[in-house]
Amino acid sequence: MNQMNSNPMLPRSFAINRVLKETYDTFTLDLAPAQRHTGFSFAAGQFNMLYVFGVGEIPISISGDPNDPGRLVHTTRAVGTVTKVMDKLKLGDQLGVRGPYGTSWPVAEAAGHDVVIVTGGIGLAPLRPAMYELLSHREKFGSVVLLYGARTPEDILYKREVKKWRSEFDLNVHVTVDRAAGGWRGNVGVVTAMVPKAPFDPYHTIALVCGPEIMIRFTVMELRKRGVPDDKIYVSMERNMKCGIGLCGHCQVGANFVCKDGPVFRYDRIKNLLEIREV
Amino acid sequence: MPKNASNDRKLVVLEAAQFQALLRALQDGGYSTVAPTLKEGAIVYDEVATVDELPVGKTDEHAGGSYRLKTRKDKAVFGYVVGPHSWKKFLHPPTLRLWQVRRNGNGLEFVHTQEQPPKYAFIGVRPCELSAMQIQDKVFMAGEFADPIYQGRRENAFIVAVNCSQAGGTCFCVSMKTGPKAQSGFDLCLTEVVEKKSHFFVVEIGSDRGAALLQDVPHSEATPEHLQKASAAVEQAASQMGKTLDVSDVKDLLYRNAESPHWEDVARRCLGCANCTMVCPTCFCTTVEEVTDLTGGNAERWRKWDSCFTSDFSYVHGGSIRTSSSARYRHWLTHKLAAWDDQFGSSGCVGCGRCITWCPVGIDITAEVQTIRSSETSKPK
Ligand SMILES: Cc1cc2nc3c(=O)[nH]c(=O)nc-3n(C[C@H](O)[C@H](O)[C@H](O)COP(=O)(O)OP(=O)(O)OC[C@H]3O[C@@H](n4cnc5c(N)ncnc54)[C@H](O)[C@@H]3O)c2cc1C
Ligand code: SF4
Ligand code: SF4
Ligand code: FES
Repeated sequence: MNQMNSNPMLPRSFAINRVLKETYDTFTLDLAPAQRHTGFSFAAGQFNMLYVFGVGEIPISISGDPNDPGRLVHTTRAVGTVTKVMDKLKLGDQLGVRGPYGTSWPVAEAAGHDVVIVTGGIGLAPLRPAMYELLSHREKFGSVVLLYGARTPEDILYKREVKKWRSEFDLNVHVTVDRAAGGWRGNVGVVTAMVPKAPFDPYHTIALVCGPEIMIRFTVMELRKRGVPDDKIYVSMERNMKCGIGLCGHCQVGANFVCKDGPVFRYDRIKNLLEIREV
Repeated sequence: MPKNASNDRKLVVLEAAQFQALLRALQDGGYSTVAPTLKEGAIVYDEVATVDELPVGKTDEHAGGSYRLKTRKDKAVFGYVVGPHSWKKFLHPPTLRLWQVRRNGNGLEFVHTQEQPPKYAFIGVRPCELSAMQIQDKVFMAGEFADPIYQGRRENAFIVAVNCSQAGGTCFCVSMKTGPKAQSGFDLCLTEVVEKKSHFFVVEIGSDRGAALLQDVPHSEATPEHLQKASAAVEQAASQMGKTLDVSDVKDLLYRNAESPHWEDVARRCLGCANCTMVCPTCFCTTVEEVTDLTGGNAERWRKWDSCFTSDFSYVHGGSIRTSSSARYRHWLTHKLAAWDDQFGSSGCVGCGRCITWCPVGIDITAEVQTIRSSETSKPK
């Protein structure tokens, strides 16, 4: 049974222990190893390669609690070939899992700082583990701010949790939607518009940003306008990935392999690249 | 993979008539002997049993987008340079089954494709190609995750290198400091000398394994005259380089010129055929494909060579990142000559010239860099 070590492309089977419909197109799976219950250690921000039988293998961030290695949690939006079949899987079905891979959010380095998280859509999934870490050591950080944007109120992920976080005295949670029908009394507009007034001290802040590249670009612009230095901003990048371990070449951005040098990058280290078209 | 290379390597002489004995000794040692052969008008690497299967007395002419075989006046065994294939097809197979999976009720059983790595003896590895192997070693074996297929095959491989005594029209190994003489990474390295009355190889012994093999192959001491003739042959190749590439500051040059209008100019010529990446001995990218059987109970995952010139290479949900051919060519060239150095500590180009010869429209990596360089000096900073 020591095959894993000899072939880093070989997945392990994991069984689905719980299926949770988050929104009309997004679902969360709780997984556990099918063979031995070994637990799954990871750092907030890392991802796994998930294999769906006969269809394919894709990178999906781990969205559970790093302090609860007994449950491997993934939240996925059904957008295409693999994710749409994954959406149909049921309790007890099995998936292939390889990982965890990639870099993580700088939670330890953030101690003593304010922390501002800016994210949109499914981007909250890779940041939820960071939220759990911040909450479990809440006393170590200054203000903790979550700015979250969704397309419509129906697209808000982890609704119950977000509501709970919003009611905490020591958390600043602001949710906005691009458009809303009647009944929505919250913010309407882009998430970046909330950066200028968010309650954090720009000179003592670590910012964690995840979302579409265009949203990252505008968020960073707003953060810099407030004076957050480039080396205190962290962004998570998305690229096509076929291997997740630095061998297939697909995920390269400049000299970086997003699968191993990322997905989480300190902004000053990749800002030149983000300015180049189609890099 | 040769080990124990020492600095003062021993040199001996192998008469051309004894070349078959070298092949036989390798075969007796359990190696499949792979060497240049003639197939469909090109010199390609394939398994051989005897020396007659090598392109004896042949040579090749290279230019941008053109390749032609010719007959030589002599019986040189290695009187040509490199063809469209490289040794990577043996070390990093173009298609490979990674694993199989069986569905068992709800369960999935993954079965690793075990490989007993083949024992290849590569005969006629050019100095640039040796460098290419050392470059791919870093890609596939030096990181946190090694590719077991590459590693197994590479560690088993016995390498008989051949120094070049003539250069091709698209060669620029001198610029890339990879040739025309092999420096390291071989078990044996031959320099061929063909004269009216004599035909021999000066053999440099690069490893203990190489020395052991020679015990079964008749050979003699090298005289100063032999050595002088061999180095003259290599010097001749060095003086014939078809191309040159000015590599000074090339990394920063390319990083500085990411938005150069010249990429558009290349894009107008480039067909996006991916030939350049397939023939390149260092290009390593792959994709994966699913194969399922009719019962739906079994599936296989296959790995295949891929190219950054294809449109879905950079696809993420919503569209490809590099949609234009200018961005794709820029990505390829900048990776080869700039990003590679940041990633693996060396250039990703060894100057073998294949991408120039086999580009259907003759796009020339050395010329494109030169154009970018001169466009920079001609415009004010
Ligand atoms: C590091 C990382 C973490 C991610 N985390 C999550 C997550 O937590 N939740 C989530 O819903 N999505 C996440 N994604 C995006 C997710 O990988 C894609 O949505 C998914 O690959 C789409 O596959 P598909 O076959 O359903 O789509 P199709 O559009 O049919 O894609 C076909 C193929 O293209 C490739 N591909 C397509 N889109 C992407 C993409 N965005 N990124 C990488 N490869 C892609 C895949 O190989 C895929 O199989 C992440 C991507 C990366 C790189
Ligand atoms: S880039 Fe061209 S010249 Fe350089 S190693 Fe590859 S094929 Fe050879
Ligand atoms: S540069 Fe030449 S060989 Fe490479 S993709 Fe373009 S046309 Fe094909
Ligand atoms: S995903 Fe294969 S190299 Fe990064």
